Formats: sequence, C-alpha cells, structure tokens
Amino acid sequence: MADTRSRLSSVRTPATTGTAVLDVRDLRTQFFTDAGIVRAVDGVTFSVAAGETLGIVGESGSGKSVTALSLMRLLDEPARIVGGEVRFQGRDVLAMNPDELRALRGDGVAMVFQDPMTSLNPVLRIARQLVETMRAHGRFSDEQATARAISLLGRMGITAPERAINSYPHQFSGGMRQRVMLAMGFSNEPALLIADEPTTALDVTIQAQILDLIVELNRDFGAAIILISHALGVIANVCRRVIVMYAGEVVEEGPTEQVLADPRHPYTWALINAVPRIDRHLPGTRRLTTIEGAPPDPLGIPSGCRFAPRCPFRIAKCDEHPALLDLAPGRKARCWVTQSGEPLPPPMAAQTATAVSTAVPKPSETAIAEPLLKVRGLVKHFPLPRDGLFGPKKVVRAVGGVDLDVIEGETVGVVGESGCGKSTFARLVVRIHEPTAGSIRFAGQEIADASAAVIRPLRRRMQMVFQDPYASLNPRMTVGDILSEPIRFHGLTESARETAERVEELLAAVGLNPKMAIRYPHEFSGGQRQRISIARALALKPEFIIADEPISSLDVNIQAQIINLLIDLQERFRLTYLFIAHDLAVVRHISDRIAVFYLGKVMEIAPAEDLFKASLHPYTRYLISAVPIPDADAERSRARLPLAGEPPSAIDPPSGCCFRTRCPIAKPICAEVTPPLAMLRSDHLAACHFPGQF
Amino acid sequence: MSIASAPALSARAVAPVASKTRRWLRRYGLPALGALVILAWIIVALSAPALSPYNPATVDVTARLRPPSFLHWLGTDVLGRDVFTRLVHGTRVSLTTGIVVVLVGAIIGTLVGGIAAYVRGRLEELIMRLTDLVLCFPPIILAMAIAAALGIGTTNTIIAMLIVWWPKFARLARSLVLVQRSQEYVEAAVVMGLSPTRILLRHILPNSIGPLIVLVTLDVGNAIITFAGLSFLGLGVIPPTPEWGSMVSEGRELIEQWWVATFPGAAILTVVLGFNFLGDGIRDWLDPRSRRR
Repeated sequence: MADTRSRLSSVRTPATTGTAVLDVRDLRTQFFTDAGIVRAVDGVTFSVAAGETLGIVGESGSGKSVTALSLMRLLDEPARIVGGEVRFQGRDVLAMNPDELRALRGDGVAMVFQDPMTSLNPVLRIARQLVETMRAHGRFSDEQATARAISLLGRMGITAPERAINSYPHQFSGGMRQRVMLAMGFSNEPALLIADEPTTALDVTIQAQILDLIVELNRDFGAAIILISHALGVIANVCRRVIVMYAGEVVEEGPTEQVLADPRHPYTWALINAVPRIDRHLPGTRRLTTIEGAPPDPLGIPSGCRFAPRCPFRIAKCDEHPALLDLAPGRKARCWVTQSGEPLPPPMAAQTATAVSTAVPKPSETAIAEPLLKVRGLVKHFPLPRDGLFGPKKVVRAVGGVDLDVIEGETVGVVGESGCGKSTFARLVVRIHEPTAGSIRFAGQEIADASAAVIRPLRRRMQMVFQDPYASLNPRMTVGDILSEPIRFHGLTESARETAERVEELLAAVGLNPKMAIRYPHEFSGGQRQRISIARALALKPEFIIADEPISSLDVNIQAQIINLLIDLQERFRLTYLFIAHDLAVVRHISDRIAVFYLGKVMEIAPAEDLFKASLHPYTRYLISAVPIPDADAERSRARLPLAGEPPSAIDPPSGCCFRTRCPIAKPICAEVTPPLAMLRSDHLAACHFPGQF
Repeated sequence: MSIASAPALSARAVAPVASKTRRWLRRYGLPALGALVILAWIIVALSAPALSPYNPATVDVTARLRPPSFLHWLGTDVLGRDVFTRLVHGTRVSLTTGIVVVLVGAIIGTLVGGIAAYVRGRLEELIMRLTDLVLCFPPIILAMAIAAALGIGTTNTIIAMLIVWWPKFARLARSLVLVQRSQEYVEAAVVMGLSPTRILLRHILPNSIGPLIVLVTLDVGNAIITFAGLSFLGLGVIPPTPEWGSMVSEGRELIEQWWVATFPGAAILTVVLGFNFLGDGIRDWLDPRSRRR
C-alpha cells in the first residue's frame, strides 16, 4: 500500500497536461457581514486545460457560484477576494486594472448565468445586444458583427436567425434565450466559458437540447468550459473532469466517470446515492440514502473536517482538518477515511436501520372500489385581457379536459414540462381555482361546482403541500401558530393545551424538534420549512395529500430526506398522494402510477414500471430519454432521442392531438381527430393514434 | 507560492473593509438622526407648559415685534405674544393633526384597498374609480374646498384632509394585497378552509404592512405641511390657538421682523425632514435587497 501511495503522490496535477487556460490557486473569497466574516470560498485550487470541460458540483451555499464570480471579479461589497491567485492564460486576474478586466470579460472569458429570463436586457433587440458585445472588444465592424450574430444564432439552433435577431427578448422562451446567451458567450471566441447552472431553470427536454449544444460548442470552438451545477446527471453528460465543493472547499477532484462510479469523499458518495436513478430502479427500496443534518453554518465552520458532523464514516482523525490529498493520478479527495485507498461501501450496508420497507397495498388489489378522487373532463380556461376594446376574447387553455382516478392508498405521480397544466390541475382539485367545466368527485361527493360551505368539511380530508418552502409559510406567524391555526379554526381540539400537544406531535412526526414551535419560518432552512409545510398539511388529519413539486427547490440530499419523510408518513397515516413533479426519476421512485401531462391534457397513464419499460406515447419516450443520468458511461453510451422545438402556446393549441407538432410519427389524422385516452393494456392508458409505434 | 503572491493582488481586490461603526453610520445614521429629531419634538410637545416662560395667548401690545432677546428668546409677534411660547405650544397641534390624519387615513385606506383587492370584481372597480376621482384633484385645493364648506376649526380641517388622504393608501394597499394574495401561503390558508376575513386580516395584511408603514412615516411630514398650509390660508385652527402654519402666515408680510415667520418655518422644516429621514430608513430596512445579514 505504501508503495502505491508513493507512486501516486509523485504524479503532480496530471489533469493539466495541456497548457492551462485557467489556473486558480488557494482562492479565498469572504463576505464581510454584520454578523461576521463568511468564508464562502476558502482555499480553492484547480486548473482548466485548453479545451477541457470541468464540472463543479455542490449544494447551495457550497461556494460554487461565488468561485465562478470571483474568477471574473464580478463580486460586489461586502464580498472580497482576500487571497490566492487566479491566472488566465498566464495573466494575473486579481492584479488587473478595470480596463484590463473589461478586456478580459466577454473576450477571453465568457459567462452564462442561471436565469435566462433576466440575463438579457428586455428593452434592447437581440441584434443590438449581440453586436454590442462583439463591437465592445473591437474585433468586428458593425456589418461583420451583424453577419456573425446571424450565423451564431443559426449555429445555436435558432430557426430563421435573420428574423430572430430583430426580436426583443420577451418574444423568446427560456430555452431560446439561453441559446442567445450562449451565442453571446461564444461571439468573441473566448478561451473559456463559465456556465453557472445554465439549465436549472429549463425543462428537461430543453435542458437536453442545451447540454447537447454545449458539448458540440466545446468540440467545434475548442473553448474550455466550466459547468457549474447541483445535478450530477448534468455534469456526467458534459464534463470530463469534476470537482466537488462543500462548505467553501474542494472536497474531491477527478475524472467524471471515476468520481461517479467510485466516489472517495463521503459527501460525493452521499450526493450520488441521494438521487433516485431513472435507469436503475430496485423494487422494494423505497427509502433513499440520505445523510444527517445540513451544511455547516458559514459563520461557524468546524475546525476539523467540515463534513465530519454529517459523515457516516467518520473516524477519530476527522477532528483534524484534512488537506486535498492525492489518491491516484488526477484523483484527489479531502478525506482521511479513503486515504487507505479503499472505496466507500455501497449505500445499503451503511443504513441497515431503515432498510426494512413495509409493503403498501397495491392499487390493483383494491381497484374495484370507487376511487377516492375521480376527475372527469376537467377544464380550466384563464381569460386574457383583450387587445383593445373590441379585440377578440382570448383564453389560456391551462387544463383542457383531464380524466384521472386516484385510488385510496396509492401514489399517483403527475409529470410534465412547465406550462403543461399540472399545477393548475392540482389547484383545481383542491378548489383554489374554479373549474371552467368538468367533474371532480372526492370521496363520492361532487366538488367541481360546490360552494365554499359545502367544501369546508372536505378540506379536512384533502390537503396540499406547496412547491416553494419560502413562499408557502406566512413569514409573520410562528411555526406554532401556523400549525395550530387550522386545528383551532376547525375546532379539532378542546383546549389550548391539547392544541399545543397536537402541534408538538406534528413537529415530531415530520422530524423537527417540538421546541421549535416558538420560532418564525425565516429561522429555518429550506428543507426544514418544507417539513413544516408538510406538518401543516397533516394538521387536519387528511387522508389525501396533493404535493405540488414539493422537492424541486431543494438540494439533492434534502430532496431525499423529504421523499423518505413522505413515504414514512404515507405508511404511518395511510395517506393517498397525488405527487406532482417535473423530475421523472423522483416521480418513478415514489409513485405507483404515473400520469404524463402535455399542454393541459393527459398523454399517458400507466403503472410506474410499465411506463418506463414500455411507454406507448412518443412524448413519454422523449421525456424519459431526456433525463440525464449521473453515470458518465451510461450517459455516453445511451442514444438520446432528440426532441426538437418547444411546446406550443396554450392560448392557441394545435388541433387534434396537441403533441402532433413535435411528433415524429404524426400523420394527417393526428391533426383532425383528437385521440381519446384509451385503455390499451391492463391499467395502461394512452392518448395516441399510433400507440407504441415509435 | 500562493502566499508569496498575495502582495501582487491589486489594491481594489484586498482593500480594508470599512469599520463596523462607519458602516453602521452609513446605513442608519440619517434615520437615527430623523428619529432623534422627532423624539425631541414629541418631548417638546408633551412638556410644552413647563418649557414655555409665558402663556401662548397673553397679548402685550407694549412689547410687540421685539427682536430675539434674553426676555423673549425668539422675539414677539404683532400682538406682543412670545414666539418661543407659541412655537412650543404649536408643536401639539401640528404633530397631532399630522399624525392623526395620516394614521386614520392609512387605516381607512388600507382596509378599503385591501377589501377591493381581495374581493375583486365590481366592488374593486367602484372603490378604485372613487380613488381616481379624489386623486385627480390637487390635494390642497380639494382639502381647502371641503374645509371651507365645513367651516373653520381643527376637527373640520382634519375631516377635510382625511377625505383627501385615504385614496393613496387604498391604492398602495390594493397593489400590495394583489401581490400577496397569489402567494402560496395564502393558497395554503384557502386549502385549510379558513374564512376570507381571516385570510385577509391575519395573513395578507400583516405581510403587506411594510411599504404602508414607510408611506405613513414619509407622509406625516406631508400632512403637517398641508395642515400648516391650510392654517396659513386661514382654514385650519381658530385664532388665537398657536399653530405653526398660522404663525408663518401672520409673519409673512413682516420683512424687517424676520423672526416671526422664520422660526415656525424652521420648526416645520425640521419635523418634515425628520420624518423623511426616518421613512427612508424604514424603507431601506424593509427592502430585503438592502438588508444584509
């Protein structure tokens, strides 16, 4: 063993065999806040070779975005770079004066940000913004720049770039804007492109398009790419090498395939195992592997290994802060445990305690009974303001005729891209919105057009968990008040003491300390708030819970904790779930049956396994294919089905089958006759004229 | 190697950070000053009889229009009344009317605007057109007309000002409630089956109150000026009640005897500035973008 170690340590930074475009050494960025100094980036060292693709992974607050901003010196007060060295093509970025910096930004290094909706100036035409970028660095004349802008937009996959260039940003969708941002990034042929979560705000099929484009651009233009993401699947898709960040430090570095297949830092291990995978589903393993706790408070970072308090493998030596130690050529990890050269154990061995899973009665056994929720022909149109006084009446057809049954005790997943009407559907079922037409029967009672007084007693049986843990709790009420309000309003308890006991019970049920009832929501992290939100939904002892994207704004480890909690609660209180999400892997993991939405209609409903093994609708196949898998080998060997274009507008949906405009097997009949949602196999429904033919 | 290169960093990248005291002063200095000024005036108003050497209504024609001296710190007016005494007593009327008008106007406006935004439909249309109707007149002209119609007197002037005052709060409250009512915590309250009144009063309004408080603070100064203006025009208080606006009015033709109008004018200036500083401070403090951890 000692032999191997000495051989390994003699190899110095083998990843940078090419000339380094960017060399970062011991970078330290700190925020000088009133509460104290936050060490956001704390001694980060890495380099990027010419034409290389490097991924930076980490959960929110790990310092990955601050690192990217530091590289370009884009940070404002109270953030400061307090030490270290950033060399771009040999030049010291931290010593540059404002003119040199301006020359560097956009010319040598380009950046693409997360939110395409706000990163373009809304009052300037696309052409002006692209040409401005090129003219600013004096490389091109006006005519050259315009011609180049058109060809770049064409290269980015924007149809009719001559016309598109004269549009304003609001005329473009998010995916299109991200293409414009990439065109702008590449307009001056930078040596390095930094992309900070470029696809996080996009739908999965659009994400696949943008990631493919980034890979092509790296190949064709030869620019090195730093891709920052919280999703390992995205990194696996694009990057050859990856660094993992935790609490401001690099904790692991290495080639992507190796890191993903054999993580050598427990945090990487936890990240990989917390995500349910779409290509590998083990029946019977309903619980995901999670790690305890949350990242350290940035003001009070532990002196030893920063991950030690949450680490399932910690040893006595972890009180000492480890350096980024060499493991193998090109592989480093900041961990004492894996120093011996042994891989970390597979997840199941580590958590024997929760490995036992009780079987939930499968829906097929109880299918004869009346479903708990029975939705038929549900329609919701939102009126739009008219164009002028005499303009035509226009509506957004958010939900255009949905049929769905939810049987007691099962979990039905609803997936679809943004704008497919899945959230509106949820809000119709709980009657936050009034349906335009159709029927909703809950527990045998028609509620689609029932008055508030009729629905009120049913509210106790049907609750909802919301997407945004920051917006779904009233910031001016304590947690105790938030949880006791519905209990008191519905008169479920006799005395104040009983209410308080019930609140404590609820907090304990969702894994929070009952003493926290006196605190306000802002004192909690996102994951804890989502637990409070779940506790509130449970306060009225409902039997049916609608969860609208309950985990999509959380970090992967927290996602896994919340999924496990939902599964626990389902078993404990015999709950029925309608689980809405855009993440197919998560939906597959938690659901018994899955409904695929597209443009306000159901395309396919099937038991989870059947849907993934033998989907009948072409859209479902595309959707499944677009999900990135956190496994570099699987990701590269898999043939991705390229779904071109974007969903049409819900104001003026296509006639007949609404998917026909993007469907590869569409025939004339698809434009004329709307395919009905038909039972094609047992329990497997699809709305397609040519099911399974794609 | 990394440590050796530290001096190479540009001065901009590693310049020292401003001290804690200086940062506090930069952020809270002016609001604190504003709060101090207002506090000082409130103390003056409360202890007016103890502070003033004379009776505000005592006329002494033998001592009319005396310049500031040890006997009369801020001089005397046309009727020989002590300006300092009248100024100190005037604080009571000016501060009270300013605060009462704004607070009552804010409460009425917030409730009306909040109901409009929550109920929507025809009621909202009716309420908002009513605010438009009031807002399309210059406020002081409309207040003047109403005050003149109601007759001179402090109460009547306050009523006239209230009629002019509530619509701006109704507009602001409506827009704030519209933002809040689409938040998920409100939807959660609907799903809980809570009553609309409870949702509006317990959930939506407490979360809309921030900008309203800012408007209230900024507006007190405004209301004091308007009331002083009405008094200046002879519509506010009944003489001889001391009031800053009417004091300025009495001194407006006395160019030689500058002290008669200058000191009450300066008093109005300090109160209005104080409320503005405080209001700006509260606005910044409530704006999450400017509030750092």
